[in-house]
Amino acid sequence: MEKIREKFAFGYLFNYMPLIRELVQRDLKVKYRRSFLGYLWSLLNPLMMMCIMSYIFSEIFQSTIPNFPLYLICGQTLWAFFSESTSMAMHSVVQSGALIKKVYIPKFIFPVSRVLSSFVTMSFSLLAILIVMLFTRATVYWTILLFWVPLAFLFVFSCGMGLVLSALSTYFRDITHLYGVLTLAWMYMTPIFYDPAILPETVRGTLQWNPIYHFITFFRELILFGQIPAGHVWAICIGSSAAMLLVGMLVFKKLQRNFILYI
Amino acid sequence: MEDKKYIVSVKDVSMVFNLATEKVDSLKEYVLKLLKRELMMQKFFALQDINLNIESGDAVALIGVNGSGKSTLLKVIAGVMHPTTGSVKVRGSIAPMIELGAGFDMELTARENVFLNGAVLGHDRKFMEEHFKSIIDFAELWDFVDVPVKNYSSGMVARLGFAIATEIKADVLIVDEVLAVGDFRFQEKCKKRMEEMMSGGTTLLFVSHSTDQVKELCNKAVWLKKGRMQMFGEVNEVCACYEADV
Repeated sequence: MEKIREKFAFGYLFNYMPLIRELVQRDLKVKYRRSFLGYLWSLLNPLMMMCIMSYIFSEIFQSTIPNFPLYLICGQTLWAFFSESTSMAMHSVVQSGALIKKVYIPKFIFPVSRVLSSFVTMSFSLLAILIVMLFTRATVYWTILLFWVPLAFLFVFSCGMGLVLSALSTYFRDITHLYGVLTLAWMYMTPIFYDPAILPETVRGTLQWNPIYHFITFFRELILFGQIPAGHVWAICIGSSAAMLLVGMLVFKKLQRNFILYI
Repeated sequence: MEDKKYIVSVKDVSMVFNLATEKVDSLKEYVLKLLKRELMMQKFFALQDINLNIESGDAVALIGVNGSGKSTLLKVIAGVMHPTTGSVKVRGSIAPMIELGAGFDMELTARENVFLNGAVLGHDRKFMEEHFKSIIDFAELWDFVDVPVKNYSSGMVARLGFAIATEIKADVLIVDEVLAVGDFRFQEKCKKRMEEMMSGGTTLLFVSHSTDQVKELCNKAVWLKKGRMQMFGEVNEVCACYEADV
């Protein structure tokens, strides 16, 4: 028992599988409570967003990207997952105050389970991508079978980010307000609805430092172009997601001790 | 390593709260206070140099006036709070703390909370389904199983909390003043349940302001005063000293 308290203990993840499952189920239940279409919204929402945005960008802004709807929905799905999961994870520790005050639980379970439940809803949205492919008569490459690779990178990255955010926001609630603005800026810095080629040379350099850009590009390469990304892209993706997770674990481990005093 | 026969050993535990930082909730305030050097002041010892060894099977009462550190000590033992210095060792499983008005996700129904709380203790759905009936039976909440807990009365919440925490046998049961709510009949029922658990070898940690209840249930007592342990021993002796002091 005493050992559990001292360690950060990802090894105990297994013992707490029922709890994670329960928490994920709760999130999904709460999300679609009192709605008629329920889970169908996870499919409809990205499709409707994609329709509006592809109309705006292809008709009004005259985007020249081939198969723009598919290009858009690929980026949008991944971005929506990242932004939803991290902001949900951010509130997770504070919102789980009742449980944390009552019994010892490894607290990292809360942000991680939020990211996981967001991941589950995102998997429904993947169906929307298939529907768009069907409608636009896009070529289906065998590389689509590797779709889970960039998603896994993004999942690990989001976990790390969620850990950092949930730990910091427990101490400073300002983070929650700040993060909304940060994600907006981050979204525009990520080529979701535009081609990175249109960016001026100076801005394009900073793009290389945006891990989400690499994850999305990875995903698009597989689905739109039937290509397996080059080795250095893999290296960047693995490196950045692992680094984020490590930072998240360290920050969370350092701060989790006194959570109880702030919730 | 100390003697293995102690199920709970508390060693040199102190808990310091920083009253000044308690109130800091925003970054601006934090920076301001940091500049003014107000951050590290106003130390408050909720617990100071507590040493306590509890043998397996004991029923230990924590007594003391309000603010003497009883609940803090329970929280430290339960692992919910981390002591500022010192260490706590518990050899065995701990049931979720039973305390007033806490412990549930208020948006969820009783049914969902049962499964969530079960999962917190590492029990899967199948296991909890087997116990679900007897939990709700004990709490007498069949009429309200699918009502969100936020609509419950405080007595109902306490009943549910008690029923969940005592359904599955744990090595240590921590009860914080929960018997104060709930009607007489339910109090009797809870006492009976606790006695059953104790005869099955569960160690009880019990906080109450009623020394009668304490004497009835417990065989040992700890008297806390302003965060320091005044006395630890046989229940009647400690209660007598405590009552003389108050």
